[in-house]
Amino acid sequence: MSRAIDSTAARLRQVPPALDVERLRAEFPILKQKVHGKPLVYLDNAATTQKPQSVIDVLGRYYGEINSNIHRGIHTLSQRATHDYEEARAKVQRFISAHSSKEIVFVRGTTEAINLVAQSYARPRLRSGDDIIISEMEHHSNIVPWQLLCEQTGAILKVIPINDAGELIIEEYKNLLGDRTKIVNIAHVSNALGTINPIKAIIEIAHAHNVPVLVDGAQGVPHLRVDVQDLDCDFYAFSGHKLFGPTGVGVLFGKAALLDAMPPYQGGGDMIKAVTFKKTIYNDLPYKFEAGTPHIAGVIALGTAIDYVSGIGLDAIATHEHDLLDYAINAATEIPGLRLIGTARQKTSIFSFVMDGIHPHDLGTVLDNEGVAIRTGHHCAMPVMEHFGVPATARASFALYNTRREIDYLIAGIKKACQVLM
Amino acid sequence: MLDITDLYQDIIVDHNRSPRNFGKLENATRVAEGYNPLCGDRLTIYLNLNSGNIKDVRFEGSGCAISVASASLMTEHLQGKTIEEAETIFENFHTLLTKDHVQANMAVLGKLAALSGVKEYPVRVKCATLCWHTLRSALEGKETAVSTE
Ligand SMILES: Cc1ncc(COP(=O)(O)O)c(C=O)c1O
Repeated sequence: MSRAIDSTAARLRQVPPALDVERLRAEFPILKQKVHGKPLVYLDNAATTQKPQSVIDVLGRYYGEINSNIHRGIHTLSQRATHDYEEARAKVQRFISAHSSKEIVFVRGTTEAINLVAQSYARPRLRSGDDIIISEMEHHSNIVPWQLLCEQTGAILKVIPINDAGELIIEEYKNLLGDRTKIVNIAHVSNALGTINPIKAIIEIAHAHNVPVLVDGAQGVPHLRVDVQDLDCDFYAFSGHKLFGPTGVGVLFGKAALLDAMPPYQGGGDMIKAVTFKKTIYNDLPYKFEAGTPHIAGVIALGTAIDYVSGIGLDAIATHEHDLLDYAINAATEIPGLRLIGTARQKTSIFSFVMDGIHPHDLGTVLDNEGVAIRTGHHCAMPVMEHFGVPATARASFALYNTRREIDYLIAGIKKACQVLM
Repeated sequence: MLDITDLYQDIIVDHNRSPRNFGKLENATRVAEGYNPLCGDRLTIYLNLNSGNIKDVRFEGSGCAISVASASLMTEHLQGKTIEEAETIFENFHTLLTKDHVQANMAVLGKLAALSGVKEYPVRVKCATLCWHTLRSALEGKETAVSTE
């Protein structure tokens, strides 16, 4: 008896405190609305997350009180804007445990970060016949920039296959890595399947061959604690809008030594120290990669979003999301003809599925009519669809503000779709 | 509030579950392919034309209920029609699905009127018209696949 109590106590100590979801929901004004007369059930968080009031307020406050260009004005507003912008950089640095804030480059989003690395890091190093490794589960934004690069350089794209659970086949990865591999690019978490990839091991294997690794962290940072020094990744990319921040802003982390050796991605203001028509001297890191006026308000609000997430704690968020995923998977067993796509042992709160006899698009329309927002389609991961032999899937993706009751609505909506369409 | 069964009327559910004129037409004189990259819907239209008349029309492919039912209803409706009649029907069908202030001529639409609910779902209009765009490209004898995007 007393031992049982002890172990419960021990377990309680390890488990992060449960989220007060109702209180959190109240901070997201968009969640209060109705869609088609029904309460909005927003389950498309892998596409983009909703924004808490604190993030919305910071955007308004920036334009209402601070708006000014950064790094170039002597006046008070410019100093404030510069201060807040650089403070956001420091927040990002701490959030992903980077060694230095010089390693944090603000970009438009994951897509731009990957293109930057492809063009500035990889392109000058690639010779015809070299190879680039990606995986079968990548988002198009971690496929197409590398295909473009292959066209430009004659390099070869190699693809790590996945198994039918949606996990990378690491043995195949080891076989693909060779003398001519110049870079490995892998998603931390798959947006179509939810698979959490063993990126630390993947990086270690690549480094044994002296090959650097870019991690597409678009779906990583919202769900997992990321420590780029512990991972020892060379580049890590993510988007603000999937992390409760604004659209149009994202981050490229790069190891300082690599960034230093790379030519600028774009030319313009802010990325230079001195310009003459004979020679231009580039600015120091990270400014060398931030040509032109950036999304200042967005960067500052991303810092606020990071404060928000850190305040709740990623462990508590992950525990809550896993509870929702387990609950949904369990409820789904009641629905005949439902097949989960993506059953990796390690996964985030992505519930991707197909239904016998019902096209995901029809399901999406029926659910939308019930106020339930999910994503249907190929999720910018057409090779994943091909692997599973489906044109599209329906995907519900959960975030910290979702509840079991909302999953009940999802399940009821799926049952309704069966009634209407079968 | 929208009633979902206005969109998915019984006739649409039925044509989705058992599409008419489904499968390859062996003696087709024209073939065209259509693709909706957004949904992954793909279909092939087979036509047998004889001096300006649609002697037979069939289709093959996969897609959402709206696109399959629309293709099925279209092939049923066009049997024996002239090319001009088919064009008129398409124009009226398009009006039915997209226009607020213009009345479609319901008399030429027949059972196709069952798709009128699509109008309330603008993102689904492409699903309903994919087969028609593909038909038009078959009528024009174009070689390349049509795409809704
Ligand atoms: C895994 C993954 N990589 C990259 C991206 C692209 O992100 P963004 O569109 O914000 O550049 C996404 C977002 O859809 C994603 O889920």
